Amino acid sequence: MQNMNSTCFMNDTTTANGVLVRDDRLTAVRAGDAPKVAASNINVFYKEKQALMEVSIDINSRQVTALIGPSGCGKSTFLRCLNRMNDVVDGCRVTGNILLDGEDIYAPKVDVVSLRSRVGMVFQKPNPFPKSVFENVAYGPKIHGLAEHRTDLEEIVVNSLTKAGLFEEVKDRLHDPATGLSGGQQQRLCIARTISINPEVVLMDEPCSALDPIATSRIEDLMWELKENYTIIIVTHSMQQAARVSQRTGFFHLGSLVEVGKTEQIFQNPVDTRTRDYITGRFG
Amino acid sequence: MAIRPENVRRRLRAEKRFRFYGVAALLSAASALVFLVSTIVSSGYTGFYRTTLKLEFDLDPRRLGIETPYTADTLRDGQYYTAVKHTLYALFPEVTGRADKRMLAKILSPGAALDLRQYVIDHPGQIGQTVSMEVPIASDFDQLYKGNLPRTGAHTRLSEAQMTWFDSLVDRGLIEYRFNPGFFTGSDSRYPELAGIGGAITGSLFTLLVCLLLSFPLGIAAALYLEEFAPDNRFTRIIEANINNLAAVPSIIFGLLGLAVLLGFFGLPRGTPLVGGMVLALMTLPTIIISCRSSIRAVSPGVRQGAMALGASPVQVVFHQVLPAALPGTLTGTIIGMAQALGETAPLLMIGMVAFIASVPATPMDSSAALPVQIYLWAESAERGFVEKTAAAIIVIMSFLILMNILAVIIRSRTQTKVE
Repeated sequence: MQNMNSTCFMNDTTTANGVLVRDDRLTAVRAGDAPKVAASNINVFYKEKQALMEVSIDINSRQVTALIGPSGCGKSTFLRCLNRMNDVVDGCRVTGNILLDGEDIYAPKVDVVSLRSRVGMVFQKPNPFPKSVFENVAYGPKIHGLAEHRTDLEEIVVNSLTKAGLFEEVKDRLHDPATGLSGGQQQRLCIARTISINPEVVLMDEPCSALDPIATSRIEDLMWELKENYTIIIVTHSMQQAARVSQRTGFFHLGSLVEVGKTEQIFQNPVDTRTRDYITGRFG
Repeated sequence: MAIRPENVRRRLRAEKRFRFYGVAALLSAASALVFLVSTIVSSGYTGFYRTTLKLEFDLDPRRLGIETPYTADTLRDGQYYTAVKHTLYALFPEVTGRADKRMLAKILSPGAALDLRQYVIDHPGQIGQTVSMEVPIASDFDQLYKGNLPRTGAHTRLSEAQMTWFDSLVDRGLIEYRFNPGFFTGSDSRYPELAGIGGAITGSLFTLLVCLLLSFPLGIAAALYLEEFAPDNRFTRIIEANINNLAAVPSIIFGLLGLAVLLGFFGLPRGTPLVGGMVLALMTLPTIIISCRSSIRAVSPGVRQGAMALGASPVQVVFHQVLPAALPGTLTGTIIGMAQALGETAPLLMIGMVAFIASVPATPMDSSAALPVQIYLWAESAERGFVEKTAAAIIVIMSFLILMNILAVIIRSRTQTKVE
């Protein structure tokens, strides 16, 4: 208990470059978990330009954490650090530490492929493979060898589609091209594809920005269900969405994490003036 | 600000004028094409037909000059040309002089004796019987019958007597006008009535096969590497620029390269589809690489990211997702490249595929003609009969090209509807 208190104390301080980390880790501690993802002092450079500055944040297990902020503030860049999707960007350099269950994901011995099988990602624009619905969901289990027989594979596909709330809609056209689905269905297909390999963390990069309000609300409902089993980090433009789906929210501005805390606290009682201005719609 | 009516009128007039120019340009292009195609077809369709002379052959072994036992070897030595000549003379008892007889025999094609010999070899049981056969006639008479050769004037090489004899054969109903299958199965000949494009088609198919087997995998591999794996540095940029330049190099240069390197240095057999295919592969590679790259680039980056985020390795991303998605475009590009290669003449001339080859090649290692080169050779020939053969061969090669392009269009439209 003593130890935990001290952790709490350390977290309630301001870091060297002025990021206020008013994080009551007690919520996490009470749940009996260490943070699922712990990022500290992350800097990201695209060639000469610095996109992220000294970002430190802990992500709790089995919760939805929302990252909000104006365009170009670095929230997507940060998200892409968590499954090392930035690796393939030319001239992109990442410094700092990101621990997933206490292990540094940027350590030299880490295999990116197995990291990404633990940290899945859903993109802004639905990006189904130009194949059948079935093939889309079956691809991940196939390349990771999760299914020995065809029946196992079918079970995984049906389960994933059911969890993504899509199975009833597509059960008669599993072998039709996925590109024939509506935008919202495609995005849920991408979610089914992501959870088909049973990742621990699901990153969502503005998953609803290309969808209509009805499809959006379906995906938000889905996030409520998925957080029972997965740790979800969502980047969103919509503050209402962040308020609806997340338990914790982080506010990014100009490459820095300005403030992070419980969602109610961020929206009702933000500490930083920039957060308050953004929440109240004064900029962004 | 109010819009003045004369401005509106002027704008509408300009639009009308512009539309008229467009339609006019389209119509003139279309009529030029129709003119081109109709000239070729009108002068070429008779090339698919031939005239034959129906003769009753008395297969008397003594007259044929053959001896027992009747095997293919002994039968081959018969005096078939004499036999055919005498059968023809029998139809004209009034022709007696040696010179006249020689003129009369000119109605026959050398192919007549060959056909008779082949018949006897195939049917030794018929020896001693009388058989009715249709044998080819000489090209000049064939052309006369088709109306391609004037009956009077300086152009005609036929004498009055020859024309009279021929007319009498026509009157007796011995001249038949039929589809000529030999045009598709035969190979080049000095006699237009016997010449066919079978050898050239086979040679072109072998050439394209070699070309495809080399350029398709190489082109895809190069395009994939450049698009997906190559680092963006000065070296790869130089390679890219040079691939684009290579597409603009005159094709005869590739022929020179083949001559110097493949024939001169490696000593590969001259004038074969193997070498022709290798040279054409060099020539089509840039086309294939460029079209492959653009279709690979057209695969949405979302597909790559999606696969990557699922934990697919870079090679898996490329071979499981990018390449299948890019394949239709790649195939289209390859087919168009192959169509280009099919019509290419200059490099084949340089590597000696221009020789007179009177047999159908059995393997890509045999000397052979190719369709465009065959057209070139026939177009150079002085005989009147080769004019229609040239046009007929052009019809054949154009049909192949149109078929290949239709295939490319089908593949493209199929995938487009699938994506939609």
